[in-house]
Amino acid sequence: MAHHETLAQRVVDPVLEVVDATVRFPGVTALDEVSFTLLQGQIHALVGENGAGKSSLIKVLTGVYQPDGGEVRYGGQPVRFDDPAAAQRAGISTIYQEVNLVPLMSVARNIFLGREPKRLGLIDYREMNRQAAAVLDRYGIGLDVTAPLRSLGLGVQQMVAVARAVSLDARVVIMDEPTSSLEAKEVETLFRVIRLLHEQGVAVVYVSHRLDELFAICDEVTVLRDGRTVHTGRMGDLTKASLVAAMLGRDLAAAKQRQGTTHREIDETPPVLRVRGLQRTPVLHGIDLDVRPGEVVGLGGLLGAGRSETARAVMGVDPVDRGTVAVDGTEIRRGSPGAAVGAGLVLLPEDRRNEGIIPNLSIRDNIVLAALPRLSRAGVVSDRRADELVSTFMRRLGIRASGPHQKVRELSGGNQQKVMLARWLCLQPKVLILDEPTRGIDVGAKAEIRDLIDELAAQGLGLVLISSELDEVVEGSDRVVVLRDGRIADELAGDVVTEAALLQALAGRAIDLTEAAADG
Amino acid sequence: MADTSVVSRGHRSGVSDWLRERGVYVALALVLALNLAVTSNFASTGSIVLQLIEVVPILLVALGLSLVIGTEGIDLSVGSVMAIAAGVLPLYLGYGAVPAILITLAVGALVGLLNGTLVALVGIQPIVATLGVLVGGRGLAQVIAGGQQQRISDDTIRALGSLRLAGVLPVSVLIAFSAVLVISWVTRRTTFGRHVVAVGGNRRASRFSGLPVRRTLLGVYVLSAVLAALAGILATARLGASDTPNVGQLIELSGITAVVVGGTPLSGGRVRILGTVAGALLMQLLNATFIMNNLPYTYAQMIQAVIILVAIYAQRPGVSS
Repeated sequence: MAHHETLAQRVVDPVLEVVDATVRFPGVTALDEVSFTLLQGQIHALVGENGAGKSSLIKVLTGVYQPDGGEVRYGGQPVRFDDPAAAQRAGISTIYQEVNLVPLMSVARNIFLGREPKRLGLIDYREMNRQAAAVLDRYGIGLDVTAPLRSLGLGVQQMVAVARAVSLDARVVIMDEPTSSLEAKEVETLFRVIRLLHEQGVAVVYVSHRLDELFAICDEVTVLRDGRTVHTGRMGDLTKASLVAAMLGRDLAAAKQRQGTTHREIDETPPVLRVRGLQRTPVLHGIDLDVRPGEVVGLGGLLGAGRSETARAVMGVDPVDRGTVAVDGTEIRRGSPGAAVGAGLVLLPEDRRNEGIIPNLSIRDNIVLAALPRLSRAGVVSDRRADELVSTFMRRLGIRASGPHQKVRELSGGNQQKVMLARWLCLQPKVLILDEPTRGIDVGAKAEIRDLIDELAAQGLGLVLISSELDEVVEGSDRVVVLRDGRIADELAGDVVTEAALLQALAGRAIDLTEAAADG
Repeated sequence: MADTSVVSRGHRSGVSDWLRERGVYVALALVLALNLAVTSNFASTGSIVLQLIEVVPILLVALGLSLVIGTEGIDLSVGSVMAIAAGVLPLYLGYGAVPAILITLAVGALVGLLNGTLVALVGIQPIVATLGVLVGGRGLAQVIAGGQQQRISDDTIRALGSLRLAGVLPVSVLIAFSAVLVISWVTRRTTFGRHVVAVGGNRRASRFSGLPVRRTLLGVYVLSAVLAALAGILATARLGASDTPNVGQLIELSGITAVVVGGTPLSGGRVRILGTVAGALLMQLLNATFIMNNLPYTYAQMIQAVIILVAIYAQRPGVSS
């Protein structure tokens, strides 16, 4: 990394600092006395799993949130940005994961939106196009600046967003998952731009879950977990395994000592779920998956590895390019969640609020939703049978509510999750995919749901378990399939299902466990 | 952070909740009481029945609209569908009244299928898809009718417009209130009705749960158009003539108003049939109040605007999201 030398020769002052920032929401502390120091010209990685506090920290840096405690310093002076526009005027530009530009306007107009060069009060298009071309040229991005933005690929649009950010004479550029929609070649272009920024003394905050990119481009790294800073230091001092361990809050050495729990051997019965060659460019590449009756298969992987994407593609919610899904040997129609549910394949989605519950309907209506065809004759629902079913499952799952007619939006996260489970279990499914089943719910309900998973497996259901909590995957699964960048990277079975082995698989096999443990 | 918003969403004052749930009935009772006290000649059977006859087309259209709006959609084409029905009906009267009515309803269903296809399969926003039919439909109706008003001499059709059971209750009112009972039953008791509110309440979750989202959307647009066609038939019968240029003009606005004032939120996920009936009656009575007291109609329009604003205010996001 040649750029370290050039940096070392300069006087390096912190350009942007956060000191002991705390951000609270009712019931949740998003940031708990987090400190973050960004030096001039530094490329600083900000990493952490879901809910670690990355987004909150960025929102504090850009003036979206005002911290409840602590302060933000810019150029050594305490500052208060009332809104993102204020931060941008001060020289802090942000590039979001989703391109947020105006699709129908030209490239040049997007770059200069809100500060167009003017002549006699009108936009001077010729001057604007000239300047836009110059900006793009400087970073080696060849583009027709008069083309409407939406006529370009997502990756190129992202480049325009970068060009807009740097043309604002930014001193700090924050990039939130900038490569999530980029092709490999575009990532190279982006890196070239980042190195140029670095040479010009612009500091970059680089948020990504792609480990390779972090090690390729960043000097410094700050790891957040559960709203706290758990590590900050030079990128080069870490291995991939120790970085993953820090993100997940696992001590590698301790994990290595711990013995794996005993896992039941599943005999060679034919799989109840058989997935072959599932392809969804660019997120999934040839996923194969077998689940036998009574087996819990964990899907391992870091954020963005393709776990939820696999679940959604198997269900037919997301379109796929290729691949087959069969339940009990019968192939199900592609792209039809209804067909999947009919075949006995159901998904407890990760995003409970948007993909699971119907918030304004009652507990009862939410539970019977998918079972309506079975509860009705000639399209007329039998209220008696529906009520029986609902009261059975409310009792069995211990759903705490004032009654079956209470609205689901009024329930706690744990009870909402139980309503979702009831919706599926009353169908007597063959395969249940659980995507983060215990996220955002209290400890008691968590334990109940984990017990339920074991119970369901014992009853012969095939289960797929996705969880960001390492111990949940290791304790709960008989076998773990590890995904990385949308591919199956590894598989752990039997005695090898341990936290240490999983950590290592998440980071990539190349790292030797002993070396990693010495690091941690 | 998904869960923080659940926690932080505070309870709003009970006043707007109450207003949303009961407001339309209270307003209806107030307007009724006011008329009984002030308007001369209002407190007679004849006058009350007249109000019911007048409300029939709005009520039928509003019934269909409440289902469409329940799915977070909108149907602007209902007035044009009424015109198409008025145009088609006389063409087939040669086969007898009943076949002509059935054919007219079928043509309405076809228009609804077109709307539903544009919305559910092609993915066009409901307001745009049905706007196309609003504009084109009336033109089509006038082409069908040959561009002129046609008198209807068929006895059965004329009876639909003028016959009164036991000398009091008009057949058209009876038909409209039967439709209310049927649609109310459909929303409460059938899988289709449950799917309507689920799709309107959270379309993505409905899809994740394997519900027939597209079929449900197709269904509501077809039902809406069939009810509009029925409204067109009854309006034609009452007039004794097919009046394609004027029948159902701007009725989509009255219909939407009745639905919203009745407590069905534009954001979907909820259908209130009884509220819609009350909303339609309220709008009708307001108009009648002004007309019967010889007040300028412009004031009625302004009062309506205020009522719509109050209704929308009571349903603003935060309650239903």
